Amino acid sequence: MSLAIIEKEGLHLFVAELLRQKNTVVGVKDQSAVSSIPGDSGFYTYAPINSPGEMTLSFDVTLIPPKKYLLPAYEQLLTFNLSPGSIKADAPKEELIIFGVHPYDIIAINQMDKVFSAIPQDNHYLERRKRTTIIGIDPVKVAPRAFWSSMGADTVAGGFDLMLTDIGQCYVVDVGSKKGASLLKTAPRTREAAPAEVKERDKVRAEARKRCDANRLSFSYLELPSLLDGNEEHVIWEEKSHLCFSCGTCNLVCPTCYCFDVRDDVSIDLKKGSRYRTWDGCLLSDFARVAGGGNFRGHRADRYRHRFYRKGQFIYRRFGDIACVGCGRCSAQCPSDIADPVTVFNRLKEGI
Amino acid sequence: MGSPSPYLPGLATIMKIEEQTAMEKLFMVRPNDGKPLGHKPGQFVEVSVFGVGECPISVSSAPNKKTDFEICVRRAGNVTNALHNLKAGDVIGIRGPYGTHFPFEDLKGKDLLFVAGGLGIVPLRSFINYALERRRDYGRIIILFGARTPADRLFKAEIASLARRPDLEYLETVDVGDASWKGNVGVITTLFPKFTIDPKKTYAIMVGPPVMYRFAIAAARAKGLADDHIIVSLERKMKCGLGKCGHCQMGPVYVCQEGPVFNFAAIKNLEEALS
Ligand SMILES: Cc1cc2nc3c(=O)[nH]c(=O)nc-3n(C[C@H](O)[C@H](O)[C@H](O)COP(=O)(O)OP(=O)(O)OC[C@H]3O[C@@H](n4cnc5c(N)ncnc54)[C@H](O)[C@@H]3O)c2cc1C
Ligand code: SF4
Ligand code: SF4
Ligand code: FES
Repeated sequence: MSLAIIEKEGLHLFVAELLRQKNTVVGVKDQSAVSSIPGDSGFYTYAPINSPGEMTLSFDVTLIPPKKYLLPAYEQLLTFNLSPGSIKADAPKEELIIFGVHPYDIIAINQMDKVFSAIPQDNHYLERRKRTTIIGIDPVKVAPRAFWSSMGADTVAGGFDLMLTDIGQCYVVDVGSKKGASLLKTAPRTREAAPAEVKERDKVRAEARKRCDANRLSFSYLELPSLLDGNEEHVIWEEKSHLCFSCGTCNLVCPTCYCFDVRDDVSIDLKKGSRYRTWDGCLLSDFARVAGGGNFRGHRADRYRHRFYRKGQFIYRRFGDIACVGCGRCSAQCPSDIADPVTVFNRLKEGI
Repeated sequence: MGSPSPYLPGLATIMKIEEQTAMEKLFMVRPNDGKPLGHKPGQFVEVSVFGVGECPISVSSAPNKKTDFEICVRRAGNVTNALHNLKAGDVIGIRGPYGTHFPFEDLKGKDLLFVAGGLGIVPLRSFINYALERRRDYGRIIILFGARTPADRLFKAEIASLARRPDLEYLETVDVGDASWKGNVGVITTLFPKFTIDPKKTYAIMVGPPVMYRFAIAAARAKGLADDHIIVSLERKMKCGLGKCGHCQMGPVYVCQEGPVFNFAAIKNLEEALS
C-alpha cells in the first residue's frame, strides 16, 4: 500500500472523528504537567482521552507500556455462581483505539500475539487484541535509557493499523491493515505522499535512530542467544543481584513481560465469584515457589539471571523472538539501577 | 467470546473421599457432563475449588473408559486445604487432562523399574495399574517405594496386595522407621543394591521430590541405565497449564507443555531442571 499524508491540522480532526466513532480512544498524556512535586520531571502515560488536545505525540517513552490494555493488570476470566452450579467465561466487549504506539512497543505486542495464539489459544487475549486498533507513531524524542536502535526495534513492518511519522509540517502515514485503511478514509485532508515526503520520513527515522545509538549494545542483538550459552555461572549474576530488592518493577514496566497469576474473588455469601488474572513477575521471590516450601528459583541471583536469559535466549529458543525491544523502561525504573540489559549484555560480551 | 475460553473448567462431582494419611485424601471424581476424562498415565488436571482457586493434580487412576477418575491430594495450601474440607456430592471444576504422559506404549515389551518417592506414587499408580491390567505386554516390573515414615505410606491396602503378587518385584523403604516397622530404613537409593536389572531392556520411571532425582538418577546410572532409559516427572509451580502464565518455565521449556513427563536425556543439560 502506498503512503498517505495527514496534514497537522487534519490530525486533530481525525482524532476527534475517532473519538466520535469509538467508545474508547487511548492516547499518551504528559503527566509532568500535573506533577506537584518541584523538580519532578514527570512521565508519560497511556490513558483514555476525551479530546485531541489532551494527548501528546512527541513523547519519548511511557512509564507503563500499552500491554496494560491487551493484558490488563486485572482481567476477569470467569464468573461462577455456586448455588445453581454455573460457570461462564467473560469476554471483553470494548472496542479500543490506542493512538501513539512506538515501533518497539508494537514489536512487543507482536510477540505477545505469538504467545497467546500458540495452541492452546488464549481467547481472552486474542478477543481483546482483535478489538484493539493500533495507531503507531515513530519516536522523535529518545528516552535517555532507550536502546531500541540496537535491538532492531527502530521500525516495525507490521502489527499496526496505521503508522505515523512526524516530518514537521505533516505526518506520513503507513497503512498496515484493512481496518487502518478504512479509518484513514474518515480522516480529513489526506492525500498520497510525494516521493520527497517519503524520503523525509526516512531521514527523520534515521536521525532518531542515530540519537538512540548513544546508548548501544556493542554487538548484534542476534548474537544474544549464543552469547548467553555458557554464561550461567558468570559472576555478574551474583554481583549485581546483591542490590536487587526483588520488587518486580523491571517485570512490571517491561512490554515483553506477560507472566500472570490466577486468583479467585468470592462474594460475601460465598456463592458468587470470579476468577481473574493479574500481572506477576519472575523477579518476585514466590514466583517459582511450590507447596512444601520448595522454590525452584529461591536465590535472588537465579531470578535475576532468569530475567536476562528469558529476554535474550529462552523466548528466542521457544518463539524465535528476542524478548527485549530496548525501550529502556526497566533501567529507568529499577530502584537499584541494575536492570539495564545494555550494561549486562555488553559486560558478558567483554567477557569480564 | 467467539471461541471458548481455555480457562473454563468443566463441573465435576466428588463421588467418594477416602482418607489416606493425615495429609492425603483420595477423591473419586465424576465429570458432570458424563464424558470420560480420556487421560493417559502421567497427565494432570487443573482442579478448581470455586472461590479459592485452582491447582495442578495428577490423575492417579489408570486410563479407562469409565467416567470416574481418581486424584490423591496432599494438603499443602489454599486450594488443597479447601479440597480436604469438601465432602462427597460437592462440585469442583476440572480442566484437562494436560501435559505429556509416560511412554506406556513405547515401553511395551520392556522391563519397568518404577521409583516412587512419597507423593510420586500418585501419578505412577496410574501407569503401574495400567501395566498390571496388561501384564503380558510388559517384561519384569520392579516397584521401589519410599515414604518418610510408615504413617506416610499411601495406598497401604493396595500396596499390600501388590507386594503379594508373584508377577512383580516390590521393594520399599522409609526414611525414619518406628516400633512397628520391620522393613528397610533409609532413603530410596538404599534399595538399589537389592536387585539386578538388564539395563538394555529396562526403563526407570521416577517420580518424587526434587532432592530424590539427583540421587535416584545416579543410582540408576550405576546400574548401567542409559540417560534415555530414565523417565522423570517434574513438579513446578503452575497457574495456567497452557504455556501462557510462565510459572512453570525451566529455561526455554514449559513444564506444563513439554512435561511434566520428560525423558531425562532431553533435559539433563537444562540449568534448572534438577535442582
Ligand atoms: C504436574 C503436577 C502434578 C501434581 N500432582 C499432585 C498430586 O497428584 N497430588 C498432590 O497433592 N499434589 C500434586 N501436585 C502439587 C500441587 O499442585 C500443589 O500442592 C498445589 O498446587 C498446592 O496448591 P494450593 O493452592 O493448595 O497451595 P498454595 O496456597 O498455592 O500454596 C502452596 C505452597 O506455596 C507456598 N507459598 C505460597 N505462597 C506463599 C507465600 N506468600 N509465602 C510463603 N509461602 C508461600 C507454601 O509453601 C504453600 O505450602 C502436582 C503439581 C504438579 C505441577
Ligand atoms: S527488558 Fe527493559 S529495555 Fe528490554 S523491553 Fe523490557 S523494559 Fe524494555
Ligand atoms: S532488578 Fe531492579 S527492578 Fe528488577 S526486581 Fe531487582 S531491584 Fe526491582
Ligand atoms: S503453568 Fe502456566 S505456563 Fe506452564
